[in-house]
Amino acid sequence: MAVAGETRLSAADAPFGALGRVPAAVLAVAAVLLLMPAFANNFILFQVFGWTFILGMIALSLMFLAGYGGMVSLIQMTVASLAGYMVAILGPSGTEQISLGLPWWINVPVAILVATLFGTLVGALAVRTEGIYTIMITLAIAAAFFYFTRQNYTIFNGYNGFTLVVPPPLFGIDWRQPTAFYYLSLGMAALAYGAVVYVARSPFGLALQGVRDNARRMAALGYNVVWHRILAYSFAAVIASFGGILLVWQNAQIAPGTAGIPAVIDILVIAVVGGMRHPIGPFIGAFIYVLLSAFAPDVLTAFGLAPDRFKLLVGLGFLAVVAFSPDGVLGLWARAAERRRRRVDPLTGTPR
Amino acid sequence: MQAFVQRRPLTSLLVVVLAALLLWLILAPWPPGVTATLGPKRVVLSSVLSGITLGALYFLVASGFTLIFGLMRNVNLAHGSLYLLGGYLGFEIADRTGSWLLAFPIVFVAVALLGVVLQWAVFRRMEGEELRQTLVTIGLSIVIADILLWIWGGKSYQILTPDFLAGPVELPIVTAVRSDGTAVYLRYPRVRVWILVAAVVVGVAMWLVINRTRIGMLIRAGVDDREMLAASGLPIQLVFVLVFAFGAGLAGVAGIVGGTFQSLSPGEDTRFLLASLVVVIVGGMGSIPGAALGALIVGLAEQLGVLYAPTYSVVFTFLIMAAVLAFRPQGLLGGRG
Repeated sequence: MAVAGETRLSAADAPFGALGRVPAAVLAVAAVLLLMPAFANNFILFQVFGWTFILGMIALSLMFLAGYGGMVSLIQMTVASLAGYMVAILGPSGTEQISLGLPWWINVPVAILVATLFGTLVGALAVRTEGIYTIMITLAIAAAFFYFTRQNYTIFNGYNGFTLVVPPPLFGIDWRQPTAFYYLSLGMAALAYGAVVYVARSPFGLALQGVRDNARRMAALGYNVVWHRILAYSFAAVIASFGGILLVWQNAQIAPGTAGIPAVIDILVIAVVGGMRHPIGPFIGAFIYVLLSAFAPDVLTAFGLAPDRFKLLVGLGFLAVVAFSPDGVLGLWARAAERRRRRVDPLTGTPR
Repeated sequence: MQAFVQRRPLTSLLVVVLAALLLWLILAPWPPGVTATLGPKRVVLSSVLSGITLGALYFLVASGFTLIFGLMRNVNLAHGSLYLLGGYLGFEIADRTGSWLLAFPIVFVAVALLGVVLQWAVFRRMEGEELRQTLVTIGLSIVIADILLWIWGGKSYQILTPDFLAGPVELPIVTAVRSDGTAVYLRYPRVRVWILVAAVVVGVAMWLVINRTRIGMLIRAGVDDREMLAASGLPIQLVFVLVFAFGAGLAGVAGIVGGTFQSLSPGEDTRFLLASLVVVIVGGMGSIPGAALGALIVGLAEQLGVLYAPTYSVVFTFLIMAAVLAFRPQGLLGGRG
């Protein structure tokens, strides 16, 4: 692992490059997002943006682990699915012989607690390893969870999973209505984003980044390296659980396929394509992914291919990103900003 | 051996007793008490044998994986795709020419060539960037899986067992004694016995090549210290390409074997990739004997799991992996800490 320094995915300590100095752009994005329901149709609100925020949150938890902790974990989708499953098992669902039908203020916290515990346990196992070993082990555990849910009928209802899992009608609002769900997922995504930004600047987050850069030195300074890493897994698991609960509410159902290997890999693809330099990367990646999956048939037909070759497009896009811009779309942005800056003469400040 | 017996007389005695018990369990018909706890001997032994042959198949896939990993530090997550590709190609060749044996050299060369292209055109350019290589292999596995789905569709294929391997074979193992005193011998599919033999031959050959030849010396040196080997002016890139090609070819050939005694369909690629992952994690990354041991354990765990707890058979495999990780993170036969 002598080369670990070069392979690290992020340089997350640089806060957001060019965009950080332009709060106007951030405000504009926020305003557009808040006013979106005024001009977007239901499909855009519910399918495109709702799904973007959910996938973005799950990928954000991976970005936190990989970007700030240097641990590429493939378990995040599994943690999210477990939270979704717990909501379906504890709360009301169409599968009445298994679901307990508890009210939301019990089933949601318990679901998050269980999923976080699971994420922490996996983390405790995974931090015994490093780099690519972490990928292999988390992938293997994710696969075990998938097969387990598929074969277990007493708790997870096997192949069929759970249907009719809907959000509780809080404040007299049906939260599966496109506009309500849009604001719900937007709010949760914003909270998760803010939490990650906050934690990254907190003493814990700074220590975690120190562990990522030089674990041995941090240990010598008296930091408990193992516990910092395990706690990072716990924090990431909380974010992933929220994403998972929203996911099951959006689909109104959950089945083993939700935690299948393709879904697990998709989260990694989203995080890498978006970029792991900054918490906004996963959301950009998720937006690209969702747009691709929504409009892939049209794109593919335009290239003269069969419309069901969506995965091919995703795979090729992923390969291109990994090959040409290992730090994703954010990396492209940073490089473009760098080039813009260089075009100005450093002595006179005038364009060359 | 003698020294070991003298040093640890009790352990040695225990080993001898256990071996004798095992031998007796395998060879003699079972008394009713044993049958009551373990199940009918015919079923249990078939399960054990299936576990061993499944382990043999896993070994064929995982040995290439572990060899590539040990030398190049490249976790080739597209290894399962190479397996499936080999299986489909083997099916086409066996179907068109009618010759099962002919499929082996052709598939080996074809998939090995793909391996050469991958190593030479892709992985050589990002040497040392382990994470990036892994991500590229993930991308490749997505692309290859979709292309395979495109060409061969979602159907399930099975390669026909050739005539000379079809049918059962009687093993010299007594499962029961009829009331008239004649012994009933265990019958087992001939093709599976030959797969086991082939895997053992491949394993021994690999061990001999690695431990007794010049190229094996280069590989071992590369596993121990890549930079030093490169600095000595040896053609390390050539060794890399050869090893990658061999590992890929082996995965392709394993695809034919898997397609013959199981079936080929989309999703098998991830299944065998995961099997390889678990095998090398359990056995120890980069170790061929480790891959053999890991494959045997995983194969047996899977088949005995199906017999005794069908719902949770897959989970057993992963529990073993978790236990190994918790107590011996470098794997059972892994050297590096």
